Amino acid sequence: MLLIRCPHCGPRNQDEFAYGGDATVKRPADPASASDSEWHAYIYVRDNPRGPHEELWHHAAGCRRWIRVRRDTLSHRILATGPVHGPLAEEEGR
Amino acid sequence: MNGQPFRNPSGGLIDRARPLSFTFNGRRHAGYAGDTLASALLANGVRLVARSFKYHRPRGIVGAGAEEPNALVQLREGAATEPDTRATQVELFDGLVAKSQNCWPSVGFDLGALAGLLASALPAGFYYKTFMWPASWWPTYEHHIRRIAGMGEAPRDRDPDRYDYRHAHCDVLVVGGGPAGLAAALAAGRTGARVILVDEGAALGGSLLGEQAVIDGRPALAWVEETVGALAAMPDVLLLRRATAFAYNDHDMLAIVERRFDHMASPPPFETRQRLWLVRAERVVLATGAIERPIVFAENDRPGVMLVSAARAYANRYAVRAGSRAVVFTNNDSAYGAALDLARAGIEVAAMVDVRPDGGEAARRARAAGIRVLAAHGVLAAHGGRSVEAVSVAPIDGTGRAAGRAERIDCDLVCLSGGWNPAIHLFSQSGGRARYEPAIAAFVPGTSVQAERSVGAARGSFALADALAEGLAAGATGAAEAGFGDGAVPPAPGIDRAVEAPMRPLWAVHGVGSKRAKRFVDFQNDVTAADIALAVREGYRSVEHVKRYTTLGMGTDQGKLGNIQGLAILSGLVGADIPAVGTTTFRPPYTPVAFGAIIGHATGADFDPVRRTPMYDWHVRRGAPFVNTGLWKRAQVFPRPGETVLETIGREARAVRTSVGFVDVSTLGKIDIQGGDAAELLDRLYINNWKKLAVGKARYGIMLREDGMVFDDGTTTRLAEDHFFMTTTTANAVRVMSMLEYVHQVHWPELEVHMTSVSEQWAGVAIAGPNARNVLSRLTSDIDVGNEALPYMGCAEGTVAGLPARVFRISFSGEMAYEVNVPSDYGAAIMDAIMAAGEPFDIIPYGTEALNVLRIEKGHFVVGPEADGRTTPDDLGLSGMVSKTKDFIGKRSLSRPALTDPERKQLVGLLTVDPGERIPRGAQIVEDPSHPLPCPMVGQVTSTCFSPNLGRSIALALVKRGRSRYGERLYAASPVAGRTVEVTVVHHVFIDPKGERLRV
Ligand SMILES: [Zn+2]
Repeated sequence: MLLIRCPHCGPRNQDEFAYGGDATVKRPADPASASDSEWHAYIYVRDNPRGPHEELWHHAAGCRRWIRVRRDTLSHRILATGPVHGPLAEEEGR
Repeated sequence: MNGQPFRNPSGGLIDRARPLSFTFNGRRHAGYAGDTLASALLANGVRLVARSFKYHRPRGIVGAGAEEPNALVQLREGAATEPDTRATQVELFDGLVAKSQNCWPSVGFDLGALAGLLASALPAGFYYKTFMWPASWWPTYEHHIRRIAGMGEAPRDRDPDRYDYRHAHCDVLVVGGGPAGLAAALAAGRTGARVILVDEGAALGGSLLGEQAVIDGRPALAWVEETVGALAAMPDVLLLRRATAFAYNDHDMLAIVERRFDHMASPPPFETRQRLWLVRAERVVLATGAIERPIVFAENDRPGVMLVSAARAYANRYAVRAGSRAVVFTNNDSAYGAALDLARAGIEVAAMVDVRPDGGEAARRARAAGIRVLAAHGVLAAHGGRSVEAVSVAPIDGTGRAAGRAERIDCDLVCLSGGWNPAIHLFSQSGGRARYEPAIAAFVPGTSVQAERSVGAARGSFALADALAEGLAAGATGAAEAGFGDGAVPPAPGIDRAVEAPMRPLWAVHGVGSKRAKRFVDFQNDVTAADIALAVREGYRSVEHVKRYTTLGMGTDQGKLGNIQGLAILSGLVGADIPAVGTTTFRPPYTPVAFGAIIGHATGADFDPVRRTPMYDWHVRRGAPFVNTGLWKRAQVFPRPGETVLETIGREARAVRTSVGFVDVSTLGKIDIQGGDAAELLDRLYINNWKKLAVGKARYGIMLREDGMVFDDGTTTRLAEDHFFMTTTTANAVRVMSMLEYVHQVHWPELEVHMTSVSEQWAGVAIAGPNARNVLSRLTSDIDVGNEALPYMGCAEGTVAGLPARVFRISFSGEMAYEVNVPSDYGAAIMDAIMAAGEPFDIIPYGTEALNVLRIEKGHFVVGPEADGRTTPDDLGLSGMVSKTKDFIGKRSLSRPALTDPERKQLVGLLTVDPGERIPRGAQIVEDPSHPLPCPMVGQVTSTCFSPNLGRSIALALVKRGRSRYGERLYAASPVAGRTVEVTVVHHVFIDPKGERLRV
């Protein structure tokens, strides 16, 4: 079980969180003008990187904030965490 | 009972003042407190304890701990019976009952042993090759194979014992209570750090319990006692005995199973048998020791062949002679000390067979003690049947081939030491890669990935002095890293270091003997050296493939004894170095863990939390059966005496349409939304418009997922300009809340809005039917419930039955209806009040069944059956709700080609041609039921019921181009129900299509 540092609550067990997917995907500002393929990419297309991955987690059983986590998908090491909009704080250890 | 012929009269760590009686395979035996089942069996001269998995060969005890591959027994009887327990780790208790598994009818006379006579017919991959054709017969073969090759019996009855969970945090977790682990715990504990020391045994001391080492000039056990005493006195040190750390998970969380009362016949009252600990540690010290390995030779599985360390432990710790006359076969120094211990215990050591040309100082001392040492020799074969009777010994060359005439030496005990494997299982689980260390011919921990350190034998440092020094250093350093102490390492106790001669790797001895002789690599799975050779001949090269083909290391012991021999034999056959051939990854659990411990208390009624509405007890008092909706318990029907369920449903549904009924709707999700941008947020979430909704009015809304599919629906009411009250479906209450938070926090944080779940703060009751207003008006004096003051989709706040209340004029049934919300503590009170006020109108409470019938009659889709994650608003006939003037979640998807396809399935109603015939649930809609299979399907039935108000069967369905098919004859085919029903397609609203009843 991962130990995730919530920027609002501190380190908490993974089972307090819900996974929210790739944090770098942004909703198109004007969906109406997005092409079918742009919209399709936003809805369905995700990278599956081997290594650092910036992702959203919801502290569902905690402060109810969505947070951003940079996690190494290979080692499960958590490299940094932070609020959705704002700087990530690098983590040491784990 | 007998006199334990192989027990010495003195010595050992057993308590002769506490004799115990136990039964093995129906025979009573005696032992002592402090025994394991294995040591007690050996004390009684019981050597044949099991039959092997595939060939049903007689097998005896090989080890003295977790590595034991053979002595797996079925422990206890009845509901508490447990298969696959290792006799070497089962603590003896009075009245213990165990039996051999994998033999029928008895361990002495075993019909399956015929398989051994047919052994040449059972090579590696035999089952794959033979029984897979024809494939359809496999279940038949499997049934018989499983009967012969049983691995114990799972209990058939409910587990009578209880289990629990503990979560814990510590600064330094030490796994292993041997010398290195005790030293680490002591050094860490002295700094004031929170320390947990875990050991799988009942007594701490590890290898010291089975040896006769000296520390600081005293017996090592005195040091153990002193150290354990010091640790026990430290308030922040927790000693977990009888506890196995079986999994090293991510981020230094270890799973530990503590066998709290397995050493007793049954747990004391109110106690749990086992406890699962989940420990998150700042630093971890792995002092898990090492496991001795056997050497492969012909017939090496005869009972009486065991590890040197095991025979030594039985002699020293349990005062048991594992035999009378021993041959010790070694490739390293450690066996010599053991041989002297065996001799001291009264076992005649017939010969030390050392593969090395020169055993150095150790060999000289053995000779000085009168032991015959055969250098550069090997054991070619064991002889005997149910017990070893002799071995053939001959000079061998460097590759393990016989290089001279064989000599037969009579013995009933053969002790093997092929070197030691560090127990790197937890290290491997932590993500670390093992490194091959040629000096000890074993894999040792490589670079740490997590916050752990391996010390002592677990890292290949087999000398006691090294183990203590490494343990002290790791404990002090780990504590310092966790913020305790300065990292200064306490001085190590004094140890006399022996001069050691290097070990010489030897995995297998190649004799000349019979071709039919078997040379076992993996005892538990009956894998022989010949099987590995066959796999290589058939083209397997990767160790992972060879493992799976031969089943090497795939047993419950995960190849603790045989893996590296198998790897070495494979490397010899393919002509590559051992590290190039690779190692296998160890996976949890280190030793098998009972499901009960993993499940903990989450069983039966405690499997899941139960959510009860504030009216739960009220429903119970009226005898309502409950139905599970997620975690909620909802009243299903309110039966009257003599009614069938269908009659109850019909009565309740008719009452709502003809007079009045009321239903608990407290399970609906409720979200309070406030802020200047609350309406803006709703506009971006729902497919319809919200900004112009007047204060005091409710509106029905639908939310989509971003992919355009209907996600949830419900009514939301504007309580003030900047204050909305949203309802969601019961099932999606949690998901909608998360989605609101997601879109607000991730997409549009600039919106000034807050939301809070208030689902549990309000109890809700819907009063529905033509007399609903008459009932409600009797309950309130400050709310005008008239059609003008409180029209359809209106909302009012005031008091109902003297309780603070919100009243919403909304309807799910299609009748005139009011939903009354009161603070949840008043749930039962409002039910009583409504029941009393409705009496003149024959009011009845109704349950989820009638609720469902009423909504099907009204053609309301629900999330699940109709909105199944693949339906758009247009599919449900609701495209008119979709705003054309604003964006909302999922809108852009609605114009994607697949979502505008004219062939999409659309919501329709179905009537049976024969009004009384029921439409089967889950039926598929077909145009031509006589079409040959596969029959094209044009849709499916989503909800079906007998409508008591229409007096006929009706259904909702999703059908391709459904809205263009009104009046068309189709067929609802259910191969499951074995029926095909002729149906007519109609509009999905069966009752009051204009909605006039809602507005009266
Ligand atoms: Zn938080």
